[in-house]
Amino acid sequence: MTQDYIFGFNTLYNFFFEIITNTINSTIVSWILPNFSFNPGWIAYILSALTISFLIFNAALMGAAVYTWFERRIMAKFQGRYGPNRWGPFGLLQPIADGIKSITKEDIIPTGADRVVFTIAPIVMMIPGLLVFAFIPGHINSMLGKINVGIAFVFGVTGMNTIAVIMAGWASRNKYAMFGAMRSAAMLITYEVPMALAIAGVILLSGSMSFNGIIEAQKIPFIVTQPIAFLVYMICATAEMSRAPFDMIEAESELGGGYHTEYSGMKFAILQISEFMAPIVQSALCVVLFLGGFNGPDFIPGILWISLKIVLVLFILLWTRSTWPRLRVDQIMELAWKYLLPLALLNILLIATEMTIFDITQSTSLWIMGIINWATILFILAFLSLFKNFNKKTVQQKY
Amino acid sequence: MPIKTEPTIINLGPQHPSTHGVFRLRVSFDGEKVINVEPVFGYLHRGTEKLAEERTFTQIVTLTDRLDYESSMTNNLAYVEAVELLANVSVPERAQYLRVLVSELQRIASHLIFTGFFLQELGVFGTLLMYCFRERENVLDLFEMLCGARITVSYMRPGGVTQDAPPEFWKNLDDLLNKLPQLLDDLENLITDNEIVLARTKNIGILSPQKAIDSSVTGPILRASGIEWDIRKANPYEAYDKMDFNIPTGSNGDCFDRYLVRIKEIRESINIIKQCIKSIPKKGPIKNSEVPFFLRPESGEVYSSIESPRGELGFYLVSDGGIAPYRCKIRSPSFINLTVLKPLLIGWKMSDLVVIFGSLAVNMGEVDR
Repeated sequence: MTQDYIFGFNTLYNFFFEIITNTINSTIVSWILPNFSFNPGWIAYILSALTISFLIFNAALMGAAVYTWFERRIMAKFQGRYGPNRWGPFGLLQPIADGIKSITKEDIIPTGADRVVFTIAPIVMMIPGLLVFAFIPGHINSMLGKINVGIAFVFGVTGMNTIAVIMAGWASRNKYAMFGAMRSAAMLITYEVPMALAIAGVILLSGSMSFNGIIEAQKIPFIVTQPIAFLVYMICATAEMSRAPFDMIEAESELGGGYHTEYSGMKFAILQISEFMAPIVQSALCVVLFLGGFNGPDFIPGILWISLKIVLVLFILLWTRSTWPRLRVDQIMELAWKYLLPLALLNILLIATEMTIFDITQSTSLWIMGIINWATILFILAFLSLFKNFNKKTVQQKY
Repeated sequence: MPIKTEPTIINLGPQHPSTHGVFRLRVSFDGEKVINVEPVFGYLHRGTEKLAEERTFTQIVTLTDRLDYESSMTNNLAYVEAVELLANVSVPERAQYLRVLVSELQRIASHLIFTGFFLQELGVFGTLLMYCFRERENVLDLFEMLCGARITVSYMRPGGVTQDAPPEFWKNLDDLLNKLPQLLDDLENLITDNEIVLARTKNIGILSPQKAIDSSVTGPILRASGIEWDIRKANPYEAYDKMDFNIPTGSNGDCFDRYLVRIKEIRESINIIKQCIKSIPKKGPIKNSEVPFFLRPESGEVYSSIESPRGELGFYLVSDGGIAPYRCKIRSPSFINLTVLKPLLIGWKMSDLVVIFGSLAVNMGEVDR
């Protein structure tokens, strides 16, 4: 049936579909159109689709809101502070207080700003993050949009984020914002390349571009079989969502906020929500691509497994964020082009070679692959650490 | 065909997260590269030197608290040193040791602030700032026990100090001295070998020894350039001649050395405080009782300087025999150290600008006076 093809949320979908069909049959069809033969299926189809989308998008926004609380609490723990703990249990209602504050604030558009672009930019920034959630499977076949090139779609869509940053920076008519936007553009060009190449290894091994296929192929999570791709992907994902040590787009000690310097009120809140949604999106992708998605022992449902893994990855990201300083612009570029890109290419070479040698349907050969690749990455890291300070050539001048 | 470009001019400050108060830099950028810098200051000018002419010699102590508000104790010390030299007042030995002790505590507090904010400017999101401030809090608690104030202490007077240390002060001081080396080790574990910190600070903003001397830079910045100059050794005041300590120096004169010298200085300060505790007279006066409330030094002029956490802090006092100085000139280390800023910055990236400026550790209360 159609709904099986489009929707993975079968139970949920059937539930809504039944209710809506019954309602339509018992009201419109029986009262107004008793003499016509009329199948209300398509109306019910659209309505239940809208309901499920509504639920998922609101869950995503809610997740971002809870994540703001999570981040602030965890960072506070790292720093020896309390964090927000006043409103609600453990301060859990803090996001609501923040939301009310943002809504009631004055919405300022600076003089000379491009009003249209300035207003659109937060929306453009928000939509890609929301769209990705339609493709994260909570269980086998359980996703809103089931397309067989999910991974290509997701990476196309998340690239939009940078366009929004450039729009915001350009339209603000502020030099700090413009600096942030230009840095963001440079980052996009640089980090999309090794990221895509890292994922090429995943696609090679799983033989599929849909998230379902990738998860099904992970009898052993890909972090075991391709650690190089995982490393490159995680670094690129951190750069992609401009978190420390790559947070030069905002860089508050330099740019005082970067592209959102001029934003206030609800527009700023939307920018912040989409910024806080980015780590969730990226760690969800990381879980799907490398940590086996919803796979796990059966006593916990898949949707909980994937959530737990996402929280774990988020915690690790916060850990790095609270300990590491920021890299300089040229150092970030250097890292991507000189280290990550060759590593990603090496990963593809290794995986392709091993796939021709081993029988990848056997789990023993997958383990052997994993051992070889882990040995390689550890050797490379040890080798690189011999040449520690990769900044040694920057003696530009001496005063 | 070459594209016509022009530099972007940005006003960094006076409201900017990393200008250490109200400092303004008009910076011309070519892309990310700094091509010209124009420092603008004076936003915090309060006319301290002129106000001093209207106050008695004792009242001026409170003005000096507000100069470098991160190290009030050493400001007090520099001023009362000058007055004692002018009026020829002797200081009891216990007071001398107390002065050395509190000024070394102040040096620890000030250097901890520097480390925290330096890492903040490098982009650590507040974590190390919080760690440093937590330990500085203990030092401020000690000051509170001594004189009831934490920042604006006004602890010293011409001829001694205001109050003797209460018994619980010594206990808490011991606790702090036991804890501090552990914190420093933790900090160094996090920072000193951190690959990103090294990449951001090593070989950045190099100040050569010759230029450092030519622009009369003092303090940790001078020592980071490799010159062993410390007024505590070169011209010992109070009880410093009885102390045994080293002068940590850097080799390269870059931002990393400026950080490392300060961390090493904290360790030396701990060492000095321990010697102080050991050799301080157990009893005795803390104030010269012969000093009258209205001090009337004979007419004359005097210059006296001490080693503050930021460098040579000097007071030039002229007396005409009255109850207030005829002229009070302050040689503030931050102001002099700022003179190297422009040539240090030109040619570096925007991110380096913030780091280099942070490594100079200027304090605007002292620059603008």
